[in-house]
Amino acid sequence: MAGILADKDRIFLNLYGQHDWTLEGAKSRGAWNGTKDIVAQTPEWICDQIKASGLRGRGGAGFATGLKWTFMPKQESERPHYLLVNADESEPGACKDREILRNDPHLLIEGCLIACRAMRSHQAYIYIRGEYVHERERLTAAIKQAYDAKLIGKGNIHGWDCDVGIQHGGGAYVCGDETALMESFEGKKGQPRLKPPFPAGAGIYGCPTTVNNVETISVVGTILRRGAEWFAGFGTEKSTGTKLFAGSGHLNKPCVVEDAVGISVKQLIEDHFGGVRGGWSNLKAVIPGGISVRMIPADQCDEAIMTYEDLAARGSGLGTGTMIVFDKDADLVKAIARASYFYKHESCGQCTPCREGTGWMWRVMERMATGEAEMSEIDMLLDVASQVEGHTICGLGDAAAWPIQGLFRHFRHEVEERITNYRARRGSYAGASIAAE
Amino acid sequence: MPIAKVDGVEVEFEAGMNVLQVCELAGKEIPRFCYHERLSIAGNCRMCLVEVKPGPPKPQASCALPAAEGQEIFTDTPMVKKARHGVMEFLLINHPLDCPICDQGGECDLQDQAMGYGRDDSRYALNKRAVEEKHMGPLIKTVMTRCIQCTRCVRFITEVAGVPDIGLISRGEDVEITTYLDKAVASELSANVIDLCPVGALTSKPYAFNARPWELKKTESVDVMDALGSAIRVDARGPAVLRVLPRINEAVNEEWISDKTRYAVDGLGRQRLDRPYVRENGKLKPATWAEALDVVAARIKATSPDRIGVIAGDLQDAESMKAALDLFGGLGVKSLDCRQDGMVLGDGQRESWLFNSSIQGIEDADFVLLVGSNPRLEAPVLNARLRKRWLAGALQVGVIGPQADLTYSYTHLGDGASALAGLAKSKSDFVTGLKAAKKPAIIVGAGALTRADSAAVLAAAAGVAKTFGMTWNVLHTAASRVGGLDLGFVPGEGGKTAGELVAKGGADLLVLLGADEIDLKQTDAFVVYLGTHGDAGAHRADVILPGAAYTEKNGLYVNTEGRVQMGFRAVFPKGEAREDWAILRALSERVGAKLPYDSLDELRGKLFAEHPSFGRIGYVAETPAAVDFAALGRKGDLSDTPLWSAVANFYLTNPIARASVTMAECAQTASGAAKIAAE
Repeated sequence: MAGILADKDRIFLNLYGQHDWTLEGAKSRGAWNGTKDIVAQTPEWICDQIKASGLRGRGGAGFATGLKWTFMPKQESERPHYLLVNADESEPGACKDREILRNDPHLLIEGCLIACRAMRSHQAYIYIRGEYVHERERLTAAIKQAYDAKLIGKGNIHGWDCDVGIQHGGGAYVCGDETALMESFEGKKGQPRLKPPFPAGAGIYGCPTTVNNVETISVVGTILRRGAEWFAGFGTEKSTGTKLFAGSGHLNKPCVVEDAVGISVKQLIEDHFGGVRGGWSNLKAVIPGGISVRMIPADQCDEAIMTYEDLAARGSGLGTGTMIVFDKDADLVKAIARASYFYKHESCGQCTPCREGTGWMWRVMERMATGEAEMSEIDMLLDVASQVEGHTICGLGDAAAWPIQGLFRHFRHEVEERITNYRARRGSYAGASIAAE
Repeated sequence: MPIAKVDGVEVEFEAGMNVLQVCELAGKEIPRFCYHERLSIAGNCRMCLVEVKPGPPKPQASCALPAAEGQEIFTDTPMVKKARHGVMEFLLINHPLDCPICDQGGECDLQDQAMGYGRDDSRYALNKRAVEEKHMGPLIKTVMTRCIQCTRCVRFITEVAGVPDIGLISRGEDVEITTYLDKAVASELSANVIDLCPVGALTSKPYAFNARPWELKKTESVDVMDALGSAIRVDARGPAVLRVLPRINEAVNEEWISDKTRYAVDGLGRQRLDRPYVRENGKLKPATWAEALDVVAARIKATSPDRIGVIAGDLQDAESMKAALDLFGGLGVKSLDCRQDGMVLGDGQRESWLFNSSIQGIEDADFVLLVGSNPRLEAPVLNARLRKRWLAGALQVGVIGPQADLTYSYTHLGDGASALAGLAKSKSDFVTGLKAAKKPAIIVGAGALTRADSAAVLAAAAGVAKTFGMTWNVLHTAASRVGGLDLGFVPGEGGKTAGELVAKGGADLLVLLGADEIDLKQTDAFVVYLGTHGDAGAHRADVILPGAAYTEKNGLYVNTEGRVQMGFRAVFPKGEAREDWAILRALSERVGAKLPYDSLDELRGKLFAEHPSFGRIGYVAETPAAVDFAALGRKGDLSDTPLWSAVANFYLTNPIARASVTMAECAQTASGAAKIAAE
């Protein structure tokens, strides 16, 4: 057995698309089994079960899902409640939701129905990333199957009317922020909204809305079928359950895998991802949760475990659980400079620190990557990063600052070395040019 | 009222306020760029960051955070200072810092706040971003490299002005404010974005490189371009009025003014009558004051009073009308009229010609019926109020008359006045709603009251107002009109109206007080024109007496709601021109009927004594007397001719605007003529 999760405890049984993705196949793997009994429960019961399971949002922020659902109004009114599923998976490194969308879409649809029941909503929308064309086609087909089988829709066999719709995005990273996603969903420019008002009070079309990640919604059905205790039995007290992990970068076998939260970074890499290219000793650093969290260096990877609290204590985060691995051949500075370009490119331009700061940070990072920078610029760059972090409307500003902060926390010496070397090389040229003048 | 603590000091505030407003209550100035009281909250400049407890351990945008009971707000902690310095640095890295050649210099929010929060040097050693200039029409000059993307202009144009012409395109550091395909901004309120722009990105095109703010003499006055009497500030240097800016007057214009109010002032320097003229052998010849006044006095003495007519124009101040009334009334002249357009209102109750809801009060109306009016052209600032109310979802509008884009949706009930007659019996949704309305109002435009069948239209409109319990409002277009009617500047017993006076053989001597909007082709009278511009009246005149424009004299104006407001002199009259009342006073002495006042104060004393309503400056009745609807108009046949607005071309309604190059350009742009020429 690879990893620490037994096969019987896996939620996503068709992660690799080896089996039938359609309704029939999904049913044979347990989806839509006993859904009627779950939906027949009160919303409070469902929320309590999810709270007891310890499920936290899988989109990166890790907010307790059951608690989030209870923020919705307790009474239905003329303002409909909406569930909005965030399938705008655009973070570099993250590729886990895609596997669900194309290989196990019925888990997501079933989860939508149950989550809608828990929030007294009759309408779920799935906002899917612009680039996920194939995934949208799969999901559309799956939704049609569910409608044809009367599993969802008006007058369905589960006794809770629930429509599921799809909105295809335009492919902007910032639309993964829940409020920008709502703006984009409404057909407006994808710029994050101010909070308050929070989505549970005024979301899409001004109505109560909850935005959840694809994985979060997809695991709900299985949790309620197998019981909250079963799910809470994995991981640690604060990070429970099973989760999809993805590995990319300098790995022998990059892939997406489901395992229990709390698996160690080393075991994840060695057991599932075929080990680091050139062996464990060739590991330089890991970005454990998608590009927007701070990296951890190799010497910490021996003890680090994939939980929210352990990685936070190391100045990083679990994020989406999609790790990027660097071996000793990797040019970390260049990698982070590329990440900075990404944030500069994806900034929506609405608020000042992110609009101006991401471009500044990227340009300095590019020069750091070649060494063509002043030593004093390192501190300036970190100061600029701190001026962006926490000063913006949405989290993109924070996300742009963290990779840089992570780099300098652990590899400042490398950048300094590079600047020194560059100047040493340029020294003779500089002298020559003075002589020539 | 809830209480919050600002820097340790307890402040009581009204529920619903945001943290920024609470800080201001506490006397703490919060720097801001994107936040504006009258626009929606964007929260994007991040300059107004404060620390709030309870709350997350990071600074928060005070403009976007609702204040709450027991909140502790800190405006000067190290965290707040660091945050604001950081935001200011970001704003400046791509700002060109070209203050020495920027027209905003001296009145620039960015400049001011950079003094408080800027660094002395720049840490940004890279190339700055440059942004292409945009075309926004003849009024707004753009230097988009200076833009800090606060989106105030976008929000103003979409929310207040109600046109979708300005927007933010692209994303990240490439975002740009632009108009759609370089289209001119098609709004009568467009130039307000220049005031709103906190930096020098949008500046005034006609005023470009003209002056620095500290060189200007600033005079607070009122506007005469429409009948609202918007509060303005006239900025002049030496003898020239260089620009007009809005002042805040919550009761009238909030803080907006129309483009005409702002930009017609270049007309004050062109086509001016700066010396008296007398026509000799068919040609106007320059004359001295003595010669000109003697000619006029001789004519007056030689003409029987019932053959003399006096017509007051649309921009006249109340004092000059009072002086004319005293002089010619004293001579026994009965044919005096301040209604060049032939409006049927004027005898009877004062409330019958007022905008009784009051301009601010119209925001309480839930149903408004517009009769023969296009408020967007006749009073753009009032139209913005109607739009504000409509945006809040609290106003339904019905229109009888021209079907124009008013920037809000309305029910069109008919083109002609005949639609009024059927309204009481109608079972349409609009009428059902109207019956249930709590505060319905009718707005009758000047266009409905200046037709052949206006007496009948007036009676029908009054009938509708009575049936549905509507507040009676007349929307005038002439700044002098209500003042003239209040003074009784209308034909007396046996007197002739303006239309009758200018007809062939209507009068032997015609005295025009700045009357340029009346057709003088038929008249065979001896015409004396007292006014400011070489416009229609001066062309026909036999004697020209050069008067003072509204920026060149102290004067009282009564706006459409009956509010008396005082205008002040910003510059002296051009050349030999004199203040209008003083000319009439001088004339009276030569006629031998000397007016009993030697100064404006004495004139005002007499005016206030005889017409007490003029003494209540800035006042408008909170609960105006009920209008006697039965006395309005005369029952008669309503013609099917469509009702029209009194304003056909917004930019060219008066002699000052017609002399203005800027207004001509605007008119051309608005009509599309400029575009065709360019192609």
